[in-house]
Amino acid sequence: MRDLTNEILELIRRASTDLPADVEKRLREAVEREDPGSAARNALETILKNVELSRQNSTPICQDTGTPIFYVRYPEGWSTRRLREQIRNALAEATRRSYMRPNAVDALTGKNTGNNLGDDDFPFIHFEEVGADEPLVIELMLKGGGCENVGAQYSLPDARLGAGRDLAGVRKVVLDAVHKAQGQGCAPGILGVAIGGDRGSSYLASKEVLFQSMDESNPDPKLAELEQRLTEEANQLGIGPMGFGGKTTVLGTKITGLHRLPASYFVTVSYMCWAYRRRRMIVKGDEVIYE
Amino acid sequence: MRRINIPISDEVIRSLHVGEPVLLNGIMVTARDAAHKWMVETFIKKTRPPQGDDLDVYEALKKLLNGGVIYHCGPVVAGLETKEYRFVAAGPTTSIREEPYQADVMRHFNAKGVIGKGGMGAKTLAGCQEVPFVYFHAVGGAASYIAQTVKRVHGVYKLEFGVPEALWVIEVEDFPVTVTMDAHGQSLHALIEEQSQKVLQELIAS
Repeated sequence: MRDLTNEILELIRRASTDLPADVEKRLREAVEREDPGSAARNALETILKNVELSRQNSTPICQDTGTPIFYVRYPEGWSTRRLREQIRNALAEATRRSYMRPNAVDALTGKNTGNNLGDDDFPFIHFEEVGADEPLVIELMLKGGGCENVGAQYSLPDARLGAGRDLAGVRKVVLDAVHKAQGQGCAPGILGVAIGGDRGSSYLASKEVLFQSMDESNPDPKLAELEQRLTEEANQLGIGPMGFGGKTTVLGTKITGLHRLPASYFVTVSYMCWAYRRRRMIVKGDEVIYE
Repeated sequence: MRRINIPISDEVIRSLHVGEPVLLNGIMVTARDAAHKWMVETFIKKTRPPQGDDLDVYEALKKLLNGGVIYHCGPVVAGLETKEYRFVAAGPTTSIREEPYQADVMRHFNAKGVIGKGGMGAKTLAGCQEVPFVYFHAVGGAASYIAQTVKRVHGVYKLEFGVPEALWVIEVEDFPVTVTMDAHGQSLHALIEEQSQKVLQELIAS
């Protein structure tokens, strides 16, 4: 089995320092919507300057390089034990090179490990086996703590919001989550929404959906419509970039559904900050492609 | 754009109003969750006895923070092995987590400004009027950009809290911020919260 430590290091460097094109495109559209001279527009202009500078200098877009979340689809025959070891070694090296901030803190002692390596779930690595003829694909998302803290889970029906167990109820609780977040999740944000599941699987799915491209539309027309409506209505709230007030509070919404128990109806919202860092590497034979 | 030098006088603080963009210059100290808890428990409420170099750091902080500025920031720092420190990425962290501590810390040290993101609550706003001090909002996530305004790292205290949580003493040049909570009882965050709440109610009722 090939040693991919250096290639994974490059994946981490790109994720932390080079904002994906689909996100940058939406930020550039957002600047044009804000009034000249407004705090909202100034904030977005600073954000775009920062995006360029980070790419040019290979420095982190945000100092909170977040929770490293890896999804690995490996062809039959690869060793997940070795892949995990290579990912962990690459992450420690990325931290040494200042692409990543040391972010793994022991919850009981408060001690920072200094190299981003914590227990088995830090970094988070999800493995899934695919057919022997398929390429190895490693996806990485970096999700900062500020936006993670404003994530929310609702159990429907919710009497306070008048939200029942249907898409109309989903709409109400998601808007409530955006309102509660205000500017604290580094608006303009991107919403990952999972409907159903148990508490744990619902949270995971609300993050997994954020791996999709912002340019892809939802194959389910009802969900596609709700995604668009939620983005528009969230923007009507007027929270704006950084919570300064303005027209852009949310850049996009992604919704997925899961099977649930008859008794449970969870709606989980993962709020992703504008620094929506995610990259993919594809290994086909000797060739490594980064997206 | 108006330039403000640190240390800042009460007169300058009272002349600042919500919405005003300013450029900060001078020496400031980063402090976030662990540092605020430690300062309040060890020196203000005194529920925990000073340990190790706590008292030496306290003396240094008293000088640095009198008229000074606290920055809610957990930076990415290069040069850890050689101790020739350099800020690589240094945007603000979410401030609201320091809400229980902030006003008490500012009053105790006579600090004049706090920089962060997302704004703070009623207790801090009351402190802004009383002490007085202001809340400066930096652009969240603009880490490479802001790091370029950090010209020198003078030193670090409490590195055992970890790189993000340590107290870094930095010298900045034209650090761009906007006043979003002033010493006259105004808060942009309270205003936006209230306005967006009204829109939310209308949307949910429809």
